[in-house]
Order: sequence, then structure tokens, then C-alpha cells
Amino acid sequence: MTKRSITFYLNGRPVEAYVSPKDTLVDLLRNLDHFGARESCGQGLCGCCTVLVNGTSVSGCLELAELIEGKNLDTIEGLDAGGELSVVQQAFIDAGAFQCGFCTSGFILMVEQLLDENDSPTPDEARDYLSGNLCRCAAYPEILDAVQLAADKRKSLQKEPA
Amino acid sequence: MTTTEVGRSLPRLEARQKVTGHGNYTHNIKLPGMVHAKVFRSTVPHGRILSIDTSDAIALPGVTAVITGQDILKIIPEPYYGPAFHDQPILALDKVRYVGEPVAVVLAEDPRVAAEAAELIFADYEELPAVYDETEAMTSKAIVHDELKPAGTFPDLKHLIGRKDTNIALDFHLKRGDADAAFASAEHVYEHSFQTQQTMHTPFEPLISLAEPGDGRVTIYSASQSPSFARSEVARLLGWPENRVQVKVGHLGGGFGAKLYIKLEALVAALALLVRRPVRLSLSMEEQFYTITKHASTFHIKSAVDKDGRITARKCEVIWNGGAYADIGPRVTQKSGFTATGPYDIESADIDSYALYTNRPPAGALRGFGIPQLVWAYESHTDLIARDLGIDPVEFRRRNILRDGRPHVTGTIMKDAAIDAVLETLAKRMDWDAPFDHGSGTLKRGRGIAIGFKACVSPTTSVASVSVSADGSATLYLSTVDMGQGSDTAMSQIVAEVLAIRTEDVRVINPDTDITPYDMATLGSRSTFHMGNAVRKAAEHAREQLLEMAEKVGLPKKNTLNVPEIFRHAYGMQAGTVIGVGTYIPTYASPDKDGLSDNVTPFWMIGGTGVEVEVDTETGQIKLLKMVNAADMGNPLNPRIVETQLSGAAIMQLGFTVSEEMILDGGQVTNASLADYKIPGIRDIPPHIENHIVEAYTHDGPFGAKGVGESATFGVSPAVAEAIHDACGVRLTKLPMTAEVLYKALHGEQE
Repeated sequence: MTKRSITFYLNGRPVEAYVSPKDTLVDLLRNLDHFGARESCGQGLCGCCTVLVNGTSVSGCLELAELIEGKNLDTIEGLDAGGELSVVQQAFIDAGAFQCGFCTSGFILMVEQLLDENDSPTPDEARDYLSGNLCRCAAYPEILDAVQLAADKRKSLQKEPA
Repeated sequence: MTTTEVGRSLPRLEARQKVTGHGNYTHNIKLPGMVHAKVFRSTVPHGRILSIDTSDAIALPGVTAVITGQDILKIIPEPYYGPAFHDQPILALDKVRYVGEPVAVVLAEDPRVAAEAAELIFADYEELPAVYDETEAMTSKAIVHDELKPAGTFPDLKHLIGRKDTNIALDFHLKRGDADAAFASAEHVYEHSFQTQQTMHTPFEPLISLAEPGDGRVTIYSASQSPSFARSEVARLLGWPENRVQVKVGHLGGGFGAKLYIKLEALVAALALLVRRPVRLSLSMEEQFYTITKHASTFHIKSAVDKDGRITARKCEVIWNGGAYADIGPRVTQKSGFTATGPYDIESADIDSYALYTNRPPAGALRGFGIPQLVWAYESHTDLIARDLGIDPVEFRRRNILRDGRPHVTGTIMKDAAIDAVLETLAKRMDWDAPFDHGSGTLKRGRGIAIGFKACVSPTTSVASVSVSADGSATLYLSTVDMGQGSDTAMSQIVAEVLAIRTEDVRVINPDTDITPYDMATLGSRSTFHMGNAVRKAAEHAREQLLEMAEKVGLPKKNTLNVPEIFRHAYGMQAGTVIGVGTYIPTYASPDKDGLSDNVTPFWMIGGTGVEVEVDTETGQIKLLKMVNAADMGNPLNPRIVETQLSGAAIMQLGFTVSEEMILDGGQVTNASLADYKIPGIRDIPPHIENHIVEAYTHDGPFGAKGVGESATFGVSPAVAEAIHDACGVRLTKLPMTAEVLYKALHGEQE
């Protein structure tokens, strides 16, 4: 299959890559040694492959790589830029919100997006928002705790003077 | 004993890796020159292979090779594997025994080319009669295996060698006292049957193995729960010494029993050796349903009860649907079978437990090793007896509960088994004695409590080594696999406690059979106890050497070790290494001809669950309002992690209780995807979940700890069934209990 060159922004940095017509975003990221978005169910049902395209979450196992041309692709690997964990990442650790960790990238990206849209989600709103992601270890109660922790922390940071 | 590191609820040591997308999964590995494998699978449930036409596949541009069972024979003349029976061919030979069985493999540099080529293979079969149901398989004329092939290494399986014309892979029997006499004189006799369905683990990191051929050796990278077994089994197949097979395992993206023994390891090793290139085989979620599953089962249970509501005798017949290959099924039949009478003090018992071959995808171990199937039946039965006798179900359990110091039906005297404490914790946390609102109109409410117990597979061995560096940091080498349960962290806490250092200063070397010592496998909640003891011994061995060094160089004897100081005094600078080694195997007595043993398990796992449900009698919808889990885990090494193990196990079992079921049509799984096979999501968990660690201490465990990964699965299914019964008067005896099933039961429609 013929490969063609595309350029896009990966976690804010310009990248050139060669892609086949059938490559998905997960394939593309694997080729770039980014393993945080993972194919599991292969049908866009589990959310392990969640990435952000132009700031919106998509299932990386279903999205064709060619279509990323010229766009921003953000992944879990971009969250701790500068070596500091994001508030949500830290909240996942503090709440013990994962066991095997295979689905964790997807959940963290979704919680980031949730809190960007709604800084004080109720548990029910959080459940609704995260219902497209699955966790076979069933760390759901702890994930909901992490949402609460992260929301509180984000708000307290906003109150502090810069 | 006061401890500082043991009992600390610190986060998993690999937490940062996991939240930044840098988890160390086998899935990440890319090897230079690697080719991708795609499996071509059987489309018939039972048949003789007449021909396999691979010509179109091999002609597809980009295909490296197409391999069939005949090719495997060139390097492995006896290509049959399995932990109890050597019955499973690496690729089908002569016969196929289930839809989805691997028949051939395509290798290509591009995984999509491999997948396309696999579609071009054509196999012709002479179809044979098939059998799917475990009870039918007992007497069916359809025979799955022409001859039984137990692994000759197990003395208790030797009598099965060469047995023909049967689908019964193993039958286990236990006989204690005179059950027949007890039944003849019983005030009440109760008899029920219960069934469970076939389900699948669905680990989110699908099964994956890679193999890299070397000079007279092979390296296998695998998402495996049993690297030591994988090494010895692949070495046995190849006829090589173990030290020429290296198995490396990173963190697992879930296991739950799916990644035990060998699954893809022998296949990738054979492929890599045949084509002299590294090979990667990663299954899809769908393919996992054709690889390993949880036993469907039928359980006939009968109890004799006296006028005071005491169970005097119990007869259990359990039939396990093992699918086409035995995997660990015979061990489930036996090692779980002997607990079929439940955690009750019963004078006389007969247990008959049968492992059956059928033409379904193979069944193995899934979080509980058969115990959830047994608890489902004996606790449902217990509730039905209590109802008929008009005794409160908790009170009825109290009257019959098996207490420490009393003999289990095997004859083993119970010890460090807080069964009563688990029951009482549940009763208290469920506020059992308070009035309960049963709802009104079409929304009815009910509640149930169930408890279960499990013996630990025995006897098994764990070995660990601890290397202490001159700066006081320590490295722990072990072949226990951390698949999310937190073993790396818990084991490090043991090392830190013994060496008086911080857990954060212990580094775990993940399984690499060239480096890490033997461990039987990461299964059956055995690691905390077995490997925990080995790690403790290894750390103590290192500590003894450090104390000797301290004494030699004239350092004052203190309770707290100052490791850097000892090394500096001994070697004049930051130099040297101290290595401690520990091996653990518990004592054990094999069951006699009646299935009895006075030392049948090194420890007992005890778990239970209480639930409150709301049933919509119009639609059959079942909503869990509350779930309370309690378990005896001895003294928890890391309370926070074990609490998440409790809720995770219970929620997983909730899936097996109300939604998950593999549906088969003519042997073909018709719902092999997360779209049609419904696992619990975040909206399915009860709004109120509590997890309670019952105060207990395991005297032979490391710092009093015992295993916990499965305990909270035990009680879930029967507690939900009782709660549904309590709510709307309908007793369901078959899993899963979906809204559809309940609707039909409520509205009189037969399935």
C-alpha cells in the first residue's frame, strides 16, 4: 500500500509522518513510539484509544490517520509536559483510580475534557460523561473520586493569585 | 506487631507510568525485522481436517509465510500442551474441536496484509457430531477427544492415561460420613439445581506474545500470568533445556486468569524458529472469546436438615463445561470441587465433581477458579432452605457456619478463617435487623446476603531474591506478574519493612526468566501468601547478612539497620552487594481415596456481599441500590489497594451476574465483541458501595496477610438472586439474571 507524507501537530509540536490509507490514529501513534492510546475492543466502545483531535476526544482506533493532516493531535503523553503531572493525573494517583492502567489514558483525557467544560460536575454528570469509557478492573468508584478531587483542586488553584 | 511500611496505603509504585501513558505493557514492544501473525480459525465445531489450501494466501504480495499444524511438527514432533492434560495442539492437527480453533497462521510485515491473507485460506472438513451442553456431554455419543492425554507428571492423573470413549476428563469424589443415612433420617430434605453461563475475561490488553529467535535459544515477550510455566512448557515442547527459553513479562493490562499457563507462547516460539524472524501475535477482542473462557456449570445440590435448622448432610454433583481443551479445568473440578458444600459445619457429605469436554471454546480459570459458580448454587440453596423453614437467612447461616477449630468436610481443621466475622460484618453494615422498605406499586425492593470461601491451590512454590545496594536501596527479583492487583507494591512493602528502608527505595524487576527466580504463577490469590513469604524470607536473609557485616566491622547492634553505614565500614566506600534468597512452599497433604485430607490448603479466602435491589415488576429491570462487600484478608499489606481489589472483583462478578453471557449458535459465539457482550460500565455500578476489611490475622502469612483478589466475587450472584426473590417473589436459578429473564419469569413466559 502506498504511503504518503502528512504533517500535523502532536502535543503541540509539528510532526511529519508517512501513513498508509488504512492506518488509524493508534497505528500512527505506535509508529511514532507513542503507546498511551491503545487499541482494545477495536470498535470505539471501550475508550482505551481516546485521543483529542483539535481539542475534541475521538476513538483513535476508528479515526483514519490521513485525516489528521494539518490538525492538532493531543495524547496522554502531552499532559505532563515539563515533567509535572496535570491536576487530573495527580488526582488519579491520589484516588487510586486505576489498577492495570490500560484504560487510564482514555479516562484521564475524558476527565480533562469534562472539567474544561464543567468545573463542578455532579457524580451523575460525571458518570454520564464517562459512560463511553470502560474499565475491566472496575475502578469506577475511584475514578469518580478522582473527578471530585481534580475538580476541587482545579478550583482552588484558580482562586490562588497567579 | 508494629510495622511502618507494611500496612501503609501508598499508591502503586508504577502509578506515574500508568497516568502518563508510559505503562510497561508487552503491547508496546517492537522488534527489528518483526513480522505480524494472523490466525486462521476453524469454522466448524467438530470435524476432521480434509485439506487446507493456503495457495492464495501465500501468493498475496507481502506475505512472508503461511504455517499449518504440519509445519509445526517439523520442530515440535509432539505439539500438544496444557497444564493438566497435554491435549491442545499448537495448531490443529487431524481434527478441529471448536469454532475459532487456530488452524493456520499467516505471517507478514504488515499486519493488515496478514489479516487479508488469512481470509484467503480455505479449509475443508468432514463434520462430526458436536456436543455443547455439559450434562449432555456426560453421555453423548459425540466424543471430543479420542483418547485422554493427562500430563504424565501428575500422579493423581495417571489413572486417566489412555481412557477412551468419554468426555469426562476428570472426576473427583469426596465422601465423608454416611450421607445416605443422614438423608434417610432427616426432618427436611431440599434439592435444587443451578446453572451458570459461559463468560469471558475480556482483559483490555488483548492476549499478546512475541518471540525472537536466537542462537539455540528463543526469547518470548508475553502478557503472561505465568512466565515460569511458559518457559518450562515451551522448553518441554521444543525438547530444550529451560535455560534456552527466556520469557519476559511487563505489566499486564488485566489478566483475571485469561493469561495463564501458555496461550500464544508456544505458537509464536514455533513460528519464530520456523521463519527465523521475530514474530508478533496480538489477538483482537473477538479472538479472545475463542481462546479462553469461564466454565459454564450445572450444580445439583441436596441437603438434609434437622428440626433445629441444622444441615446434617449435603450431596453435591457439579458438572463443569470445560470446552474443547482441558486447560486448568480438571484442577478447577478438583481444587474448587471439594469446597462445594460451602462454609458450613456439615457432618456428612458426598461430592461428585466432573470436568467435561465439549465443542465450545476452552474454559480455564477466571477470578475465583470455579468458586463463584459453586457459591452461586450453595448460597441460593441456603436461602431457599431458610425461606422454607421460615428462618431469617442470616440466622440460618449462623446456625450452620463453619468456625475455626471445626473440621471442614475434607477433614481439615479450620484455622484463621473469619467466616463468622464476614457474615456479621455484612449483617451489621446492611442494617439487617432494622425494618426494610420493600417498595410499592411496580417498584419493589429486596435484599440478600451471601458468603463463600475458597481454598488456595496447593502445594505451590515461590522463589524471590533481594539485592541490597551499598546506598541502601534494594532491588527485588520475582516472577510474580503485576496485572493491576498491586503485587509489585505489596512485595516492595515487605522488603522495606524487613530492611527498615522506604518502600519507594525498592525497585521491582519484572519477570524475566533469565534473571527472576521461579514462581508457580500469578493465580488464585496465591501471590500475597506464597510469594509474600518468599520475599520476606529473601529480605530476612539479606538482613542477616547485613547484621553479620555490621558485627564484623564493629558497628553497634541496633534495631534499625543503617545500610549505607554498614557497607561503608565493610568496604571503605559505597561498594558491595548483599543478596538474599527466599523460597516458600507450604505444607500439604494430598486427599486420600475418599477425597479427605487433614491439610488441604495453606489458607482460606473468605468473602461475602450484601445487596439491596429495586425491581421494576413491569419491565423486569433490576437496579442495584447498595452493595456491601466484606472479606477476610488477614492483615492487609496495603489497605487502600486491597479495598479497590474488593470493589473491582465484586463489580466484575456483577457483570457475570446480570449481563455477561457468551451466546453460541451451532458452536459459533455470536456476541464476541464488547458491543454485544455487556460488561459493567460506570453507569452500572451501584450508587452506594462499601468495602470492609474484616479484622483478622493469618498466622502463616507474611505479616499476617493472605490473598484477596477473588474474595469479593464469591457472594455477589446469590446475594442478587435472593434480593430479587425478596423483592418480587421470583427465584432465578440460572445466570445471568437479565431484565429479559426476570420479565419472562414475572410474566409467566417460558424461555
